[in-house]
Amino acid sequence: MKNWIFRALATLVVICALPLQAEESIVRLATTTSTYNSGLLDALLPSFEARHNLKVQVIAVGTGKALRMGEAGDVDLVMTHAPAAEQKFVDAGFGVEPTGLMYNDFVLIGPAADPAQIRGNQSAVDAMKKIADSNSLFISRGDDSGTHKKEKGLWKSAGVDHRFENYREVGQGMGKVLQMADELNAYTLTDRGTWLAYESRLQLQLLVEGDEGLFNPYQVILVNPSKHEGLNTEGARALRDWLISDEGQQQIDAFKINGKPLFKASAAR
Amino acid sequence: MDPLLVTCLDAIKLLVSGDEALWNIIGVSCRVSLTALSIAALPAVLLGFLLAMVRFPGRWVVITIFHALMAVPTVVVGLSLYLMLSRSGPFGDLHLLFTQPAMVIGQVLLCFPVLVCMSHSAFQSLDKRAWETARTLGASHGRSFIALVREAKFALLATLVVGFGRIISEVGCSMMVGGNIMSYTRNIPTAIALETSKGEFAQGVALGIVLLLLALVLNFFLASFRGRGQLVSS
Repeated sequence: MKNWIFRALATLVVICALPLQAEESIVRLATTTSTYNSGLLDALLPSFEARHNLKVQVIAVGTGKALRMGEAGDVDLVMTHAPAAEQKFVDAGFGVEPTGLMYNDFVLIGPAADPAQIRGNQSAVDAMKKIADSNSLFISRGDDSGTHKKEKGLWKSAGVDHRFENYREVGQGMGKVLQMADELNAYTLTDRGTWLAYESRLQLQLLVEGDEGLFNPYQVILVNPSKHEGLNTEGARALRDWLISDEGQQQIDAFKINGKPLFKASAAR
Repeated sequence: MDPLLVTCLDAIKLLVSGDEALWNIIGVSCRVSLTALSIAALPAVLLGFLLAMVRFPGRWVVITIFHALMAVPTVVVGLSLYLMLSRSGPFGDLHLLFTQPAMVIGQVLLCFPVLVCMSHSAFQSLDKRAWETARTLGASHGRSFIALVREAKFALLATLVVGFGRIISEVGCSMMVGGNIMSYTRNIPTAIALETSKGEFAQGVALGIVLLLLALVLNFFLASFRGRGQLVSS
């Protein structure tokens, strides 16, 4: 009887320890909240995982933190969309093999009444200037994310001080910012993906799109394996290679939200 | 040098250098939480007093409910309040969402049950005859109540400190109904959440240090006060 119990316990221990065996095959990917919330990775990763017998763990944070996690060696690769910050990350030796992956774009949205009169404006910079000049309520991400960096760049190009009276930095994710802008009838800059996901629930409208200055390039960068031990660089490289392969790129182009395509694959093959 | 140490040193530098944004955040936190505490304190203590002194059917049910409310997650309170104050909600016309008053309302709701339960046990531990004596000596209801508050002053002070601790450190409700707007509704806990999400750990640690210091100062104050009280009464 005792023997039987002992065997059962031993079996249990073995079963519990099994996942530990498979630790080699986990890839940790830090990406931005907007990428994750778009659902793109949920659509892409299963077919990659099945093929390579790897498990990808996605950690969704702001661009700033994603790169910090890469610096600290907490992840195997990063997928971000802030060219300047990524350049610094690579130059400092934290990341290797930066690879262009795809594009999407930002859009300016705001209340239907459009107090700043920016609807249909071809120039994003001009629209931002009008928002500041008319002192309209503008909600900013204020969290150092790729979107926030983009917005700051636009204010700079417009040559206006963005700290006007009705400028509000809220330091939260894109979805939350859209809800706040909707509640407060404010303008905001958002990535198209989050906008498409939230559009049906909001009264805000898309006012400015298509300006080249609103394009948003994505890169994948491997975390430098010579900086940290215990990284799964092999797995990370496999994931990167699959993303820029014909199959991966086709799947990116085929990904749609509410029937609308979101990303344009752009890997230089 | 060790990154943790560097972060802590940076944090202390930030605090000492009087970083304006940082002190603004601390100001918002103290203003909102102290306002909430002063609004909630008197009604909650009175309710605790009534629950301790007046016998009525269903009294223990009320006490149990308040005890249960103490454990409600702050995000649940935040979410309910958000739905109430949202433009599509019943109080949407007040335009309170994402303002400091909304944060105050949330924190009042959060600390009220704590204040009721703890003041209830404070009054309960008093000798019931104190109230009767005060009344027979001809003191009015109000005067007698004040006499009992004096009797239970240490326990009641502890009540206030615990209530304050509950709201100065909560992030869920403030984030939801305040919206973490810079230099308006950004308080210490929501700022810590934001700075860590940005990877700016020094700012987060600095604010964490402030919270710790605040807790220590309050409790030292309470302990010294209580210590003196014991000397007098023994």
